Amino acid sequence: MKNPLESVTGTIISGLILTVVLVFFLKNFLVTGV
Amino acid sequence: MELMSGLARWIHLLAGITWIGLLYYFNLVQMAALKDAAADGTAAGITKHVAPRALLWFRWAAVVTWLAGAALLGAGFMDAFMLRNGMEAIGIGAWLGTIMLINVWHFIWPNQKKILGIVPATDDQKAKARRVAMLASRTNMMLSIPMLFFMANGLSHRAALGF
Repeated sequence: MKNPLESVTGTIISGLILTVVLVFFLKNFLVTGV
Repeated sequence: MELMSGLARWIHLLAGITWIGLLYYFNLVQMAALKDAAADGTAAGITKHVAPRALLWFRWAAVVTWLAGAALLGAGFMDAFMLRNGMEAIGIGAWLGTIMLINVWHFIWPNQKKILGIVPATDDQKAKARRVAMLASRTNMMLSIPMLFFMANGLSHRAALGF
């Protein structure tokens, strides 16, 4: 599989996915119950 | 205290725009331009005159951004980095920014010095440095996307986070 960071598009998509993952992590593991 | 916080926020934004603006310039403009310029023999214009200046502003803007951000966090600095006491979301942004700063000074700048001939390097070392610097720069561009999300939404404007 090609490294997504080889292209600008892959980099932006990776950043968007990482954002969603971190929001999920924040809401489910760091500030649960809000 | 309010005045200091306002000044820190202002400096954080000014330096942050300089840093991330140049990061996007490297990734969206310079990398592609260098490829084309190398093909017609005009790359020296960029590597001699543009890149060193851009890198100077880039690496020091990163430091100023981090310091102003730390000042802005103030008493909440430890809570942010420990991801606790209501500072969890901004803390994720602070961690991402910190990783990006380390990336600039530990991977991008030392390798760019080899590429630009500021420090001596063999052709093999330059080729390796090019690859590491490119991936480190792309990593920072990727990290900037969630970093800016958490900076914008992490502390006082949390509608996008739902709390």
